[in-house]
Amino acid sequence: MTDVGSPSHGHDHGHDHGHDHGDPHRPEPLAPVEARVAAIEAVLTERGLLDRDALDEIMAHFEDDLSPLNGAKVVARAWTDPDYRARLLSHGTEAIAELGFSGPEGDHMVVVENTPTVHNLVVCTLCSCYPWPVLGLPPRWYKSPEYRSRAVREPRALLAEMGTDVPTDVELRVWDSSAEVRYLVLPERPTGTDDLSEAELAALVTRDAMIGVAR
Amino acid sequence: MDGVHDLGGIAGFGPVEPEPDEPVFHHEWERGVLRTFLALGSSGVMNGGRFRHSIERMEPGHYLTSSYYEHWLTGLATLAVERGIVTRAELERRAGGAFPVSGPDRGVPPDPDAPDRTEARFVVGDHVRVREWHPPGHTRAPRYTQGRRGVVVRDDGAFSVPDVEAHSDHTRREPTYSIRFSAEELWGEGHEPDEAIHVDLWEGYLVADPPDQTRGAAR
Repeated sequence: MTDVGSPSHGHDHGHDHGHDHGDPHRPEPLAPVEARVAAIEAVLTERGLLDRDALDEIMAHFEDDLSPLNGAKVVARAWTDPDYRARLLSHGTEAIAELGFSGPEGDHMVVVENTPTVHNLVVCTLCSCYPWPVLGLPPRWYKSPEYRSRAVREPRALLAEMGTDVPTDVELRVWDSSAEVRYLVLPERPTGTDDLSEAELAALVTRDAMIGVAR
Repeated sequence: MDGVHDLGGIAGFGPVEPEPDEPVFHHEWERGVLRTFLALGSSGVMNGGRFRHSIERMEPGHYLTSSYYEHWLTGLATLAVERGIVTRAELERRAGGAFPVSGPDRGVPPDPDAPDRTEARFVVGDHVRVREWHPPGHTRAPRYTQGRRGVVVRDDGAFSVPDVEAHSDHTRREPTYSIRFSAEELWGEGHEPDEAIHVDLWEGYLVADPPDQTRGAAR
């Protein structure tokens, strides 16, 4: 088995190790997570493997440019332009790139469409796969054991708990993103929005609707 | 491996609790984890399969009681140690305490030297079954699909096989498909007929499984 349960066992105790291991059955206290992150960042920086300034530029891109606002623009375009909607459903990656959204975790996009008789729900049961270019980095609940275990087993009950009732005459399609495809749900256009502009429609689209936990 | 990460269908977990107006990062150290991920990702010491498997090998109790960014930290530190960039002792000295890393890599890459296969064996509508093989290393065939029957609904083209890239310096591509399973096939009697679970699977995870009237004859 692993040696992580008793962290003072089973690994190389170098001569530079600064702790007393007189009692092998007393695990030393876990270093705070902040200290662990600082340790590995310092090592990689000293080894020339981590350039903090350069990486912070990429991080700023993750935080500032990748967000559900991008996916909302895609959805609003599909609601207002039938040709675009058709391209989006048949060639998702290319249609999304038309609006300028592409990159890691978005190289192979499939868009699944909600209708009055079909509701789609996206999950990654094995890890945290998520379409970064259109939705940004995933929220904490999407990566939680609660969501990942239950979304494939009792999706209708889970959605009801989260405030979304999917009637039993609506087919529920769950998509477990277990390979290279990343999914985006195209929600139904709300009724009574005929007079809204594309930008106004985009403001109605939520991240949760594009994952499928809201309608 | 049938690890703790393979969560699909496990009972007993409670409500999902969304956080209103959730920030991208909750703590400054989470940025440091993402920087470390980007640094090791561009250094050639890992690919997607290696990274995912470094997390899958975490001690189960630690996995379930730590945040996702702590999973990443633990996996990345594991890879740095395994690749000889740093010793665990040095990490612990610098951190001032225990620095858990994941358990050993027991994976055996399936046919790492075989050529790429890009021509699809299956077409949309084909009935297939997921092999029951439970490999000791990395795989992307969730446990809840192994041995289960489904129907091909999409052919996505060929991609690097995770089971190979996680345990070898070679990569090998083969076709992937989206497979549709009924809830009843996965979870047993009493599940709603109007629920379907789609799982994206590599061709090597699948065998042909024609419907009842031809089963046996068509193998």
